[in-house]
Amino acid sequence: MSETAPMTPSLWTRLSNPGHFMRWSGRLGPWLAALSLATLAVGLYQTFLVVPPDYQQGETVRIMYIHVPAAWLGVFFYGAMSLSAIGSLVWRHPLADVSQRAAAPIGAAFTLICLVTGSLWGKPMWGTYWVWDARLTSMLVLFLIYCGLIALWRTIEDPNRAARAVSILTLVGAVNLPIIKFSVNWWSTLHQPASILRMGGSTIDPSMLYPLLVMIGAATLGGTTLHLFTMRTEIMRRRVRTLTIREAERLDSGARRVTPAPSPVALPQGL
Amino acid sequence: MFDLGTHGGFIVAAYAFTALILGGLVANALRDRAAQTRALKRFGEERR
Repeated sequence: MSETAPMTPSLWTRLSNPGHFMRWSGRLGPWLAALSLATLAVGLYQTFLVVPPDYQQGETVRIMYIHVPAAWLGVFFYGAMSLSAIGSLVWRHPLADVSQRAAAPIGAAFTLICLVTGSLWGKPMWGTYWVWDARLTSMLVLFLIYCGLIALWRTIEDPNRAARAVSILTLVGAVNLPIIKFSVNWWSTLHQPASILRMGGSTIDPSMLYPLLVMIGAATLGGTTLHLFTMRTEIMRRRVRTLTIREAERLDSGARRVTPAPSPVALPQGL
Repeated sequence: MFDLGTHGGFIVAAYAFTALILGGLVANALRDRAAQTRALKRFGEERR
């Protein structure tokens, strides 16, 4: 006779259990929010009071300190959504769909910020708000994909059906991520090539690079805090939906029980 | 005040737009949370 040892769930399984998630994210949320605000304060201080004007761009370089973090988060949240889509389709994990749904508006907002701040930088530097350059166009496509996914969720009422459809579309749209990253290498673009993540190290002077990294850190912390917060709200919304359906079923069965059967006396003659 | 040079308007507009979008995102998240909390409370009261 063989004895089987009791299975202890892995740390990942415990963290991703919706009940556990609500507990640990509730405790972590305020600390993350405080850390995000503190990092943002340091980043903004450095952006406006420490960073020197660029020798070519002058003061306009300060737009980069919101444009680059916004671009990073637009892509980051789409990457997170793609991983969640795999979790939804392969393991049907309840938190994967919740994570995907909560990430979409945040990713869309950061992508929009990236596009608009890029435009506002482009006008004084390039002489135009917009060009159909590969990098700009692929970022616009990312924003449109985000909008499409949000619209698709609103179209399908059943969350399970919506999760499958959205996950498939998310994975199809993920093809755009390497296009965004390598567009500046593959095509001749007006947008400058990679200057932070590149072979041979960053081309940005440390006096400008470190404040930029602080702003990227602040945006990542802030975005993650908001993502956890909206994931918790999404779990609450699903709980409300379940309770509403249960309540409707309870009322429906109660109504059926109390409705008196039609009396034969009351029936018209001949029936 | 900071001297943002000749293109100061573009810099201010970029930061103002970012603040507007992020403010809206946070406000919407808080409003949604309050609505779900109210809905859950209603069920809690009904169950009691």
